[in-house]
Amino acid sequence: MAKKSISGVAGIFLTEGKVVNAARKVREAGYSKLEAISPYPIHAMEEACAIKRSPIPYMTFLAGIVGMLVALALTYYTSVIDWPINIGGKPLFSLPAFIPIIFELTILFAALSSVGLFLYLCGMPAIGVPPIDKDLTCNKFAIFVPDTDKNYNFETLDRMFKDLGAVEVKKVTEF
Amino acid sequence: MLKRNQLVLGNKTLRDVTNDICEPIERIPSKGWMGLFLAAKGLFIFYILTIAVVISTGMGLLGVNHPVAWGTMIITFVFWVGIGHAGTLISAILFLFRQKWRTSVARTAEAMTVFAVMTAGIFPLIHTGRPWFDFWLFPYPNQRGPLWVNFRSPLLWDVFAISTYATVSTVFWFVGMIPDLATVRDRAKNFWRQRIYGVLSLGWKGTAKNWSHFEMIYLILAGLSTPLVLSVHTIVSFDFAVSGLPGWHTTIFPPYFVAGAIFSGFAMVITLMTLVRIGFPKFKDYITIDHMEVMNKIIMMTGLMVGYAYGAEFLIAWYSGNIYEQYVFFVSRAFGPYAWSYWIMICCNVVIPQIFWFKKFRRSIPVMFVVSIFVNIGMWFERFVITVTSLHRDFLPSNWGQYAWSMYDTAILIGSFGMFFTIFLLYLRVFPAISIAEIKPVLGVGRDDHEHGGGH
Repeated sequence: MAKKSISGVAGIFLTEGKVVNAARKVREAGYSKLEAISPYPIHAMEEACAIKRSPIPYMTFLAGIVGMLVALALTYYTSVIDWPINIGGKPLFSLPAFIPIIFELTILFAALSSVGLFLYLCGMPAIGVPPIDKDLTCNKFAIFVPDTDKNYNFETLDRMFKDLGAVEVKKVTEF
Repeated sequence: MLKRNQLVLGNKTLRDVTNDICEPIERIPSKGWMGLFLAAKGLFIFYILTIAVVISTGMGLLGVNHPVAWGTMIITFVFWVGIGHAGTLISAILFLFRQKWRTSVARTAEAMTVFAVMTAGIFPLIHTGRPWFDFWLFPYPNQRGPLWVNFRSPLLWDVFAISTYATVSTVFWFVGMIPDLATVRDRAKNFWRQRIYGVLSLGWKGTAKNWSHFEMIYLILAGLSTPLVLSVHTIVSFDFAVSGLPGWHTTIFPPYFVAGAIFSGFAMVITLMTLVRIGFPKFKDYITIDHMEVMNKIIMMTGLMVGYAYGAEFLIAWYSGNIYEQYVFFVSRAFGPYAWSYWIMICCNVVIPQIFWFKKFRRSIPVMFVVSIFVNIGMWFERFVITVTSLHRDFLPSNWGQYAWSMYDTAILIGSFGMFFTIFLLYLRVFPAISIAEIKPVLGVGRDDHEHGGGH
């Protein structure tokens, strides 16, 4: 998906403690569009970056309801309206026997829609964007501030990152 | 204070973890892997040919006939679906229970689920007899008049359950792998490797927002998979329990099947993990003896649960006062012409796992490997006992008969292992077999220095 690429500046850190601290400081300095990149989830980071709770569960609930209704409609339409047939003396609308179908489709809709929303929220797939540093999925951490942030100034950020313990500061042309 | 055992041995750094786990997919395969792969692939090709012969000639090549109309296909289908359940138990249910030890085995167990369900799915499709009409199993508007599938049939519930389970398990497995695929992408030394893993990782960046959504989707999928996995084997058991046949028509079937599925699945996880530990010695620091011991405890516990179910069936047959029920259990099943299969089942599933009461055996790799093989054999025989001994003698003695086991039954059964192991061995060489991103936060567990993320 061709999203417009963003450029900016990134500080590379070597420990989890330093990067969480740096994220908090950078955000408190007014850079609200910062991104903290780590090779694994860091729970303190959500608070440090002021990240809101993910909205995915709402989609799960809604899609689950839709799946349930779709299954109910499918079983009702086919068994009662379109092809009413007496099977083993059971009523045309034999709800208990339809529950397994309704349950499975509820799960299926909920799961696939949630994954769809997850991909959308993460801007994926976004193939071919080079990583800021190849070790960010291995053992290093980074704070990235895009140049669209309102107080963006390379020199200030460069100094700030280094004061906070960054081992390297990089100009990023594509993120 | 009770000190927790380390989940990861050897005081690894973050880079060590990445290197250790990515190593098997970045080097030339070992001789051991090549040997196993060629054997598995040979068996797989044999399996494909067998299926081709069975389909082109007809189901008559197998032993199924009146009165035993369900045979190897259904038995082996239930066997493989059951194997898959332990993977979902480890990846979803133990995740919800916050069992951190599951981390290092979850990826491979979930892969086992996906491959076992793929292997299982083939059987009912062939069992229909005319597999080229299998799309009739799905409800779709058609030109054969208003003609729809029968939603009141457990066999159709099974179509929905198995296809949903296969889809959701695959998605769960793949979503959990995205960050690790990005790791492999960033380590790639050549263009094509970088390109292929780049596409597979969907451009994962690892920002804090990404991780927040990632953890949420993982939790949601775990939460959805948990009732799903219980429903799948429940519905498989309905295939039997909803009928009126003595030996099948019991309310204990759903929990009994689920417990048996987890039992057999954990045995398969142990079988595979002992082999993986031999093949990739560095994984011994991640999949430690402690992990194996915990799984052996689960095998012993679920073994006792199926043992209880075997006993309960007899009790209810006696208590019901129904002569047909009593005949099936007290005469035909335990002492009839198929008594040998019943006692193999009891021996493998109830007696042999009791060895795990002793800590020494629980922590011995050769012992657990042998026991896991016995459990796998025993669980196949459990399905054989349920299917064949119930069918072969029912209400009327004039309606009795034996299952005419043929060499094609054997070929189909053995061949399915070729399919499973071929895919599994390829998986070990293509995807990181342990979750890199999930291991890193638990590195600190049980260590004295809590430098790495102890506070999660």
